[in-house]
Amino acid sequence: MATKQTAAEVVVVDYGLGNLRSVTRGLERAGADVLLSEDLAEFAAADGIVLPGVGAFSEGMDNAGPFREALVEEAAAGTPLFGICLGMQMLLTTSEEADHEGQGDAEGLDLIPGKNVRFRTDQTVPHMGWNELDVQRDHPIVEGVDSVGSELPRTDGPGKGGSVDGEYAYFVHSYYAAPDDDAAVVATTDYGTDFASIVANEAGNVFGTQFHPEKSGETGLRILRNFVDICRTN
Amino acid sequence: MTLTKRIIPCIDVDLDEDGDAAVYTGVNFEDLAYTGDPVEMAKKYNESGADEFVFLDITASAEGRETMLDTVSQVADEVFIPLTVGGGIRTREDIKETLRAGADKVSINSGAIARPELIGEGAAAFGSQCIVISVDARRRFDEQGEHYADVDGESCWFECTVKGGREGTGLDVVEWAIEAEQRGAGELFVNSIDADGTKDGYDIPLTSAVCDAVSTPVIASSGCGGPEDMYEVFEEAGADAGLAASIFHFDEYSIAETKQRLDEMGVPVRL
Repeated sequence: MATKQTAAEVVVVDYGLGNLRSVTRGLERAGADVLLSEDLAEFAAADGIVLPGVGAFSEGMDNAGPFREALVEEAAAGTPLFGICLGMQMLLTTSEEADHEGQGDAEGLDLIPGKNVRFRTDQTVPHMGWNELDVQRDHPIVEGVDSVGSELPRTDGPGKGGSVDGEYAYFVHSYYAAPDDDAAVVATTDYGTDFASIVANEAGNVFGTQFHPEKSGETGLRILRNFVDICRTN
Repeated sequence: MTLTKRIIPCIDVDLDEDGDAAVYTGVNFEDLAYTGDPVEMAKKYNESGADEFVFLDITASAEGRETMLDTVSQVADEVFIPLTVGGGIRTREDIKETLRAGADKVSINSGAIARPELIGEGAAAFGSQCIVISVDARRRFDEQGEHYADVDGESCWFECTVKGGREGTGLDVVEWAIEAEQRGAGELFVNSIDADGTKDGYDIPLTSAVCDAVSTPVIASSGCGGPEDMYEVFEEAGADAGLAASIFHFDEYSIAETKQRLDEMGVPVRL
């Protein structure tokens, strides 16, 4: 177990998608030692794992295929596993996106039972821009900027101390997670419908954000710092 | 609550006499004044509450490209908000290099006019969300356009120009916006040659015409003299984001002050 003084070692799963530089820099800024890796042995040694992702669900699952077993094992062993954007959607059981794109069934990791569905509102898709977090329940990932140990200044946002409730985050997506169990929903965001913007499993070690914390300014850095803290105490 | 209107500072980056990247800002229409170091400016805006950051490479030279990508990487390491990079992007490889350097989106202007297929190729490979199509529009009061707007009682259309407005293309901006959206552009970045540098406000007829024609988010640019101009382009034209350079660079208004004023006027912004 790592102590507060040592950096948390975080593996960012490198499955060949998107811009990993931003998430790496965000995690480093939050105090992590980051390793971009596709080596399964390194997953087991890490204090925490980040599943990034930009792009299509089935393509993501195809690329993440070789890592499926290792990720499920690490999740079961209690290792913190943080999915970002598509990486969060991959934590669920399945996605309408695969059907919509005619790519057949693509199975997610099924660590948080549920399905990813497409926005059905008359709002423009993708949902792209800054929108508000409405925190539904406690989880260490949503600890607020006023929390003990925070090294970040309090922003002037409408957040209620003690959580990131009411703060803004940056989103880019057309599908959203609909977990089977409401208890899996840590925060919601309103875009014509209230969708799950942060989800977590029952044990609490598997969680994800639909938005990009590495692109969400101070609020996002707070969430990355929370993740690093979770890894440190793992 | 829904999406907030975005306030976006933009820097124009060129090489200085020593071959280092430096920010230059247009004053009095054509003169460019040295404004600062790109990385320092990016840091400042990241900390001051900007919603995104736009970096335009205005060197337009092959030699400058490597320095620019290196500078983009340094900027990307400092900003934890979306970063759009434009200037000289003409091929799929250019898009890839720019994203690899740390950009979240690329802004493509004349490269897409020269070869419209680039939009679809970029969207297919990297996702629509990172393909921003930028136009430099100029008002024309003749019969050669397709979509006409009323400007002070006169009928005009908007032409896509290249080379900073020095060369016309005959392409109607509204028609091009519709085509760009169909080809997979994720956002449209609308500059006005007429309004640029005036600080008299954004080109409202132009921005309205584009917003009415497409459902893709529109970033209004050129002419911003203060928060009231942003209010006008959001409320009257329907823009999703307002871009400004000199008012922020020369500290005429801070990002926070601008957002505060917009909030008071009832515009949803991220405070």
